[in-house]
Amino acid sequence: MSEPVISLRGVRAELGSRPVLRGIDLTVHHGEVVALLGANGSGKSTAVRTVIGQVPVTAGEIELFGTPRRRFRDWRRVGYVPQRTTAAGGVPATVTEVVSSGRLSRTRFGMLRKADHDAVRAALELVGMAERAKDSVNALSGGQHQRVLIARALAAEPELLIMDEPMAGVDLASQQVLADTLEKQVSEGASVLLVLHELGPLEPLIDRAVVLRDGCVLHDGPPPKAVGQHALPGHDHVHPHADHDAAPIRTGLLG
Amino acid sequence: MDILDYAFMQRALIAALLVGITAPAVGIYLVQRRQALMGDGIGHVAMTGVGLGFLLSASPVWMATAVAVLGSVLMELIRWYGKTRGDIALAMLFYGGMAGGVMFINLAPGGSNANLTSYLFGSLSTVSESDVTAICLLAAFVVLVTLGLRRQLFAVSLDEEFARVTGLPVRALNLLTAVTAAVTVTVAMRVVGLLLVSALMVVPVAAAQQIAKGFATTFVIAVAIGVSVTLGGTVTSYYQDVPPGATIVLLTIAAFLLLTALAAPLARRRVRRQTPGDPAECVVPDSVAATGGAEAEESIPATRRPAGGSGV
Repeated sequence: MSEPVISLRGVRAELGSRPVLRGIDLTVHHGEVVALLGANGSGKSTAVRTVIGQVPVTAGEIELFGTPRRRFRDWRRVGYVPQRTTAAGGVPATVTEVVSSGRLSRTRFGMLRKADHDAVRAALELVGMAERAKDSVNALSGGQHQRVLIARALAAEPELLIMDEPMAGVDLASQQVLADTLEKQVSEGASVLLVLHELGPLEPLIDRAVVLRDGCVLHDGPPPKAVGQHALPGHDHVHPHADHDAAPIRTGLLG
Repeated sequence: MDILDYAFMQRALIAALLVGITAPAVGIYLVQRRQALMGDGIGHVAMTGVGLGFLLSASPVWMATAVAVLGSVLMELIRWYGKTRGDIALAMLFYGGMAGGVMFINLAPGGSNANLTSYLFGSLSTVSESDVTAICLLAAFVVLVTLGLRRQLFAVSLDEEFARVTGLPVRALNLLTAVTAAVTVTVAMRVVGLLLVSALMVVPVAAAQQIAKGFATTFVIAVAIGVSVTLGGTVTSYYQDVPPGATIVLLTIAAFLLLTALAAPLARRRVRRQTPGDPAECVVPDSVAATGGAEAEESIPATRRPAGGSGV
């Protein structure tokens, strides 16, 4: 029941000819919320992008749901929220159009059926953007834009969410919406890998933190200075884990 | 409508109609990927094909299609593998293609740059039966791809990284976009000419963006503008004895200016319609908590729109 959904073993990667990852191990178990922390340039975004196949690895193994990433085809199980860069493409697109593109992994030949339209609407309601469905994404604030990108990832109803800095440049109201959305996904059994700059409002959700520095894993265990949070009432998630390296994990599991 | 009595005008109008549909239909994906000038580059490369057609006494349209497709695939490969020197490689491809065209056409028996001119700037009245057949077949391919795969192409053009995670064959779709753009260039070659093709791919899309909020509406408006200007330009050139290619491009730019001028008052009216009697503006702190700020920021799009739109 605790098969790892993401497993990186000895992963090395280079950007240009500069080594960015120098052999990192990272495991996300079923139902677990793992935060990938580190300073700018520590390799945390690159690590996530090797998982989705955007950055090629020079050594090591990556598995998704127990399948080597090269042979992994079941992308409907994965929802990805990229780091938000420039607002949108060169052509305006409505919120619905953007979120619908996240549903493509569940469609055949890109035909959207009623169930697909319903899923898109449900994802928009989840992040509180349903009233903006017909608006252009160019007209949204940074936080609203981020909520749209998360709705796009949720539209395929994934079991695993991979998010790259979802809280960067997001206003407080949107941060709360994002935290609530994530909590709901986790309570329904989703696994999450998050790249974060700081723990912030997501702190109570996080089971384990992996800290990178200069492309190496510096720390893998309970979130730094967050132990107190887990003792608070309200943190009641139960996450079974594999036995190996269970010792550092268990300290983060007070539920 | 005596204009329809002439066979050459019938052929010209069919060609113009098909170009008006296909050029913006492909152009919208290029603009979305911020490769607006890719059509221009392909146009340069296609000149070699035209020259080869003359030299080998083969059909210049089909020859240009073959060379343009090859060139567009090469450009896509340079985009993948080329890192810092990609733009230099592209420049060599573009100008090599242009020089190749001039060279081949002058090597051809009885060929001179004069033959090339009709391909550079378009020559609607000399569109032959076989040209129309070729244009129809190529246009059918372009429409099939741009409409049939619109959701996939939209996803890839919007966010390649995300598209990969939805399991889409990103590289294949990128190649298909490039090939479709190349085919469109050769469809438009006889109508507006290789040097003006890019205008018809990009400007209708830019004009449509001024008033559209979404991708689908931009697509429809851009194609409507494309068809209006190509047909309008062709008819104008028949009555006024002006070059059709240039007329079409100038009409397109006029459409862009007109819609840009219309966009600002339109956006202002949208604001006015939203503001009166909207109590959400006054109870912001409560509504932020309840709806996540969706209503509180309702006024942002309208005020931002003109600034964002004119930056195209």
